[in-house]
Amino acid sequence: MAFEIEGKTYETDEEGYLANLSDWSPEVADFMAKEDDCDLTDNHWEVINFLREYYEEYQIAPAVRVLTKAIGKRLGKEKGNSKYLYELFPYGPAKQACKYAGLPKPTGCV
Amino acid sequence: MGNGAKKFMYVNRRAPYGTIYALEGLEVVLIGAAFDQDVSMAFVDDGVFQLKKGQDTGESNMKNFSPTYHALGDYEVTKLYVDRESLGERGLSQDDLMELTYEDEDDDYKEKPSIRIVDRKELMKLMEEQDVILNF
Amino acid sequence: MLHTINKSPFEKNSLGTCLRLAKPGSDILLIEDGVYSVIKGSAMESKVREATKEHTVYALGPDLKARGIEENRLIEGVKVVGYDGFVELAADNDRVQSWL
Repeated sequence: MAFEIEGKTYETDEEGYLANLSDWSPEVADFMAKEDDCDLTDNHWEVINFLREYYEEYQIAPAVRVLTKAIGKRLGKEKGNSKYLYELFPYGPAKQACKYAGLPKPTGCV
Repeated sequence: MGNGAKKFMYVNRRAPYGTIYALEGLEVVLIGAAFDQDVSMAFVDDGVFQLKKGQDTGESNMKNFSPTYHALGDYEVTKLYVDRESLGERGLSQDDLMELTYEDEDDDYKEKPSIRIVDRKELMKLMEEQDVILNF
Repeated sequence: MLHTINKSPFEKNSLGTCLRLAKPGSDILLIEDGVYSVIKGSAMESKVREATKEHTVYALGPDLKARGIEENRLIEGVKVVGYDGFVELAADNDRVQSWL
């Protein structure tokens, strides 16, 4: 599968995750979010950026409960809970946010 | 971790890049960690090479997955047992291994080492305590 | 605990490591290429002989047969079991560790 932004083609897997990590840009995230009828706010970006940093450091996309805990540590308790994260990313915080962040599907997501 | 938690040990005996065992094993551990069991990993024979510090695959076109071992603590996998004899046979000592740590929630989030070097007798005993042992 | 080994001892040291870490009194079952461990006169003989003193060592008959290893070629003390024996061993032991 693939999509196109301003003439450039982006390969994805069958679930819409970016095939090449290095293809990612903020525009890609915006495009993917629009496809899901989601407007990215600063709160979304906080999580997306966090995931990209996590991947950079550990070479994996974290499972949802790992993400939740880590967000709580980094951004505070009021954000480190499933309610907050599911409101931002109703399709599942790890899965949806990882997709926008250009990462593969989280390891340990079942 | 509930009282019904079973003790799972993943025994790793293969070097990281020559075969897919090590990476697959690591992925199984991370996926299995979602099931809230009492998980530990043992590194025996060439498995100890998985924990060697300073791995750099930049020139060999393979994904360096050694940083992922640092995430094990986040997944509450905090018991990594390394067989002393395997380490010694391969000319390595603890200083050659990555420094892997976890935060102990029950002890004011103190950072503690995850790796423990164990001798044969201790590893034998640990294996006997397990409900399930999976080899990679 | 039942330990199974499916690799030739001349290619992988799975049997050696198993023998080093298995608690005395364990059942050890050699299957697939693992059965190459029990040929009399091989470089493994003394190790396997030692093992039969501490553990019960079995080899899977159909796998021996498939590889042309006759029963009179086996190291003394090694017991041959069929698939039914394999099942019995797995059922009698509370846990199985499959060395790869």
